[in-house]
Amino acid sequence: MSTVAPELATAEARRSPGPWRTAGADLLRNRSALAAAVVLFLVVLATLCAPLYAAHIAHTDPFQSHVSGTTVVDGKTVPVLTPSSTGLGLGVTPIGPTWDPAHYFLGADNQGRDVMARLLYGGRTSLFIGFTAALLTCALGTVVGVVAGYAGGVVDAVISRVLDVIWAFPVYLLAICLSVVLLTDGLHLGPLTVEAGSLWLPVAIIAAIYVPYIARPLRGQVLVLRNKEYIQAAVGSGAPTARILRREVLPNVLPTAIVFVPLMTALAMLTESALSFLSVGVQPPDASWGTIIEDGLGLLYTRPAVTIAPGLLIALTTAALNVLGDGVRDALDPGARLRGGV
Amino acid sequence: MPDQPLLDVRDLKVSFRTRRGSVTVVDGLSFSVSPGEILGVVGESGSGKSVSMLAVLRLLTSPNVTVEGEVRFRGRDLLTLPDKEMRAVRGREIAMVFQDPMTALTPVYTVGWQIAEQIRAHEKVPRKEAHARAVSLLSDVGIPDAASRANSYPHEFSGGMRQRAVIAMALSCGPALLIADEPTTALDVTVQAQILDLMRELNAEGSAVVLITHDMGVISQIADRVLVMYGGRAAEEGPRRAVFHGPRHPYTWGLLDSVPRVGGPRLRRLPTIAGMPVAPGSLPEGCAFAPRCRLRHDRCEERPVLRDFGDSAHRDACWLPDEDRASLRLTSRATATDVPDREREATP
Amino acid sequence: MLRFIVKRFASALLVMFAISVLVFLIFFATPGVDPAARIAGRNADPATLAQVRHSFGLDRPMPIRYLLMMRHLLIDRDLESFVNRGSRVIPQIVQATPVTLSLVIGAALIWMTAGIIMGTAAAALRGKAADPLIMLVGVVGVSLPAYWLGEVVNLITQKQLHSSVFSWVPPPGYVGLDHPGQWALHLLFPWLTLALLYAGIYARLLRGEVVSALNEDYVRTARAKGLSERRILIRHALRCSLIPIVSLFGLDFGALVGGAALLTEVVFGLPGIGKLTFDALQNLDLPVIMGTVLYAAFFVVLANALVDILYARLDPRARHA
Repeated sequence: MSTVAPELATAEARRSPGPWRTAGADLLRNRSALAAAVVLFLVVLATLCAPLYAAHIAHTDPFQSHVSGTTVVDGKTVPVLTPSSTGLGLGVTPIGPTWDPAHYFLGADNQGRDVMARLLYGGRTSLFIGFTAALLTCALGTVVGVVAGYAGGVVDAVISRVLDVIWAFPVYLLAICLSVVLLTDGLHLGPLTVEAGSLWLPVAIIAAIYVPYIARPLRGQVLVLRNKEYIQAAVGSGAPTARILRREVLPNVLPTAIVFVPLMTALAMLTESALSFLSVGVQPPDASWGTIIEDGLGLLYTRPAVTIAPGLLIALTTAALNVLGDGVRDALDPGARLRGGV
Repeated sequence: MPDQPLLDVRDLKVSFRTRRGSVTVVDGLSFSVSPGEILGVVGESGSGKSVSMLAVLRLLTSPNVTVEGEVRFRGRDLLTLPDKEMRAVRGREIAMVFQDPMTALTPVYTVGWQIAEQIRAHEKVPRKEAHARAVSLLSDVGIPDAASRANSYPHEFSGGMRQRAVIAMALSCGPALLIADEPTTALDVTVQAQILDLMRELNAEGSAVVLITHDMGVISQIADRVLVMYGGRAAEEGPRRAVFHGPRHPYTWGLLDSVPRVGGPRLRRLPTIAGMPVAPGSLPEGCAFAPRCRLRHDRCEERPVLRDFGDSAHRDACWLPDEDRASLRLTSRATATDVPDREREATP
Repeated sequence: MLRFIVKRFASALLVMFAISVLVFLIFFATPGVDPAARIAGRNADPATLAQVRHSFGLDRPMPIRYLLMMRHLLIDRDLESFVNRGSRVIPQIVQATPVTLSLVIGAALIWMTAGIIMGTAAAALRGKAADPLIMLVGVVGVSLPAYWLGEVVNLITQKQLHSSVFSWVPPPGYVGLDHPGQWALHLLFPWLTLALLYAGIYARLLRGEVVSALNEDYVRTARAKGLSERRILIRHALRCSLIPIVSLFGLDFGALVGGAALLTEVVFGLPGIGKLTFDALQNLDLPVIMGTVLYAAFFVVLANALVDILYARLDPRARHA
């Protein structure tokens, strides 16, 4: 689809391909973005296979503790957890990586749970939260930005002030504030109820705090658009506002909003993992890469794999998202800049 | 022609690598500029006039551009000059003024600082002296109260003032050649005339000028010689008087006829050149103008070369027989002016 | 000028007020959330709950509660913690401030230097092999979770290589500025960890800015003047690209001093503002939270004001606006 036969080139030039098609072709030509997309695809595929791995390869339930379980290493049966020989003898040392997919490939955590299986399940949670939060933020941010920019006047002044305050405030602190408050009782907002342990809680919190990151740049774009002749012409010819927003404004800001999705997903995943690490994000029994890192903290010096593996996966995934996001940006809207992400 | 040209461009070819393959924007362009003369380069947008001048100064920095040919300036080929020597030529021997004065100056430095920067890039002079020279240059180009205006930032200048400042900067090292790329296009008409006067004064002091424009009116006021470009190639070249009084190429006819006249008979409709300017990349094999030419014939499949008919200074690239040109021009003008239906039937 | 300062000051106060109200509302007015229940414990009986409510003043109307808290915090300066009753909020903040400032200022110096060099070099070398390589370092920096990186650094410097290469690394913690050598030694790895993330962000951002500046008309003018590529890059392209960078720097610096560095502080055992805020949040120690949040807002606002001044110095167009 990206190559046009030379004899068709002139005919093609007359009816030039639309901006989306050109951007798609650009993206397909971008080798690092393609590689990043492949990496992402593999990560997603692997996490989707989590139940298969747990049931058919590792034969373990990664959400059940196996304090007195045993496993087989080099033909010998060994306990998963050994009482710690140092200190007061209160702690336990779980089994380390065996590099045997059927028996604790990456070892166990301090409750004897298979780290590899937990990683795959945790990845599902992390990817789900990152992606849905990013989509939600981008959608909300676009609406807020377009409304503020197009409405102008008092509406814009109020929205902009609120955005400015959130924009300047440390996002992590804001997220932690919200999480701490909502963790025990959940969120009850009119008809909308999010249960305390639900994964939607971190999604909602992360989506809310990053709205200014999307809304501010888009508001700026809409302000410029409003003064463009073709918008003025549409206003002057009496087109209804809804129609102008849908036909003229939205198609212009949509590429930027789309560029922000992968970059925002990376940002949201990092935020989720940080919140989970501080135990105010994903709550047990759910696991995410952040909670697994937290689980591994006590074992950092004895079984570092529990901490290192999920961190590497987060880094790999967010790096892939950032590279892919850069590719999408270069193809769709080279001027777009996301604070913190770019 | 004077014996030794100041700038002698031979067979310049500029091509861009794009996603649809290589596109040739300037194709075999040759021209020369003698010391102290004003060469007007004219053509529609996209005819390759700006690009060829940027290529002369090696200002096309994109890695996707290839420049071939020969650009001899005072005998040296600029295209093969080491970077360091090329820098010494830029700004000092050849200066360039660009179309849009609004964006041509770095916004964060004062105008005087930017002029002094150029002086100090080429001459070992103390900061103070360079600044003093900047002030006197600004006053030379007609900026009132230059001493204090030198400390203003570009955004504090109006468009015309900025273009004057840019010209003052170009003149700061007394260049032998000034290349001005549409210096008046972005300006008000009254300011345009002042800027052209400035160019004329500069020329009177001995600098040669290449003035790029799409405005035949500007050319007629100021140029000694004219180079008409179309589709990245030279269509016609000659002394101003000869080109304006005896234009030879059908494209030049079109350009001249489409200039509105204040005096003379009122035309019902201003003649235009039919069709769209040729897009680089879809240049025909033969004459670039052929697809829009009313007088094209079989010969136009073959690419014409610049040749002269008697007067060696006035040359053109067209296959039409020399002796028929004058009458052909009249008939073609008539068809171009007429509205092609009822009105033509009404005339006997 | 005076009008500008007054206006700036008023808007700064407004932002601080807005942030304090926002946080107050988050804790007291989120639907379905009862701070008394949190303080009293999960299964407290109604009598205990009522007592808690009364003794913490939670039975008063919301605006009164807010005003009382602000009065104790700002005027009487005797606001006490809910959790450790008797321990005052302001001295805790005063104690934590130098830790955070040490961490953030040192890291900022490192990341700005590294970010500017990386971003400019990548932009200047675009199209060559070094550009994607530098940018890869940038992407890695942006993509590593800061707290995890801190843990791995701890693992390497405190355990794996502690007996060989990193035997000189002291245990995590903070040493005051009265021992400058130890102070720097303790903060070295926290600095580098925090700086890596931001160096990545700034390098990527700056590369984009410099690349677009290099396509501006004024750069072409500078070339036509016969300036050297190096001078064009640094004095013209980079100089203009710094303007947006500086405004972002102000925001990030303010946020970090205000507590955004909490992950680094937690991981490296630095008793800074972020750690203080986080501990207070975990215990729902509202007075401490309000104190630290107002402190954060103060630095956010201060940093923004400084940025405005610096912005005007960097961009003459902003001076007369």
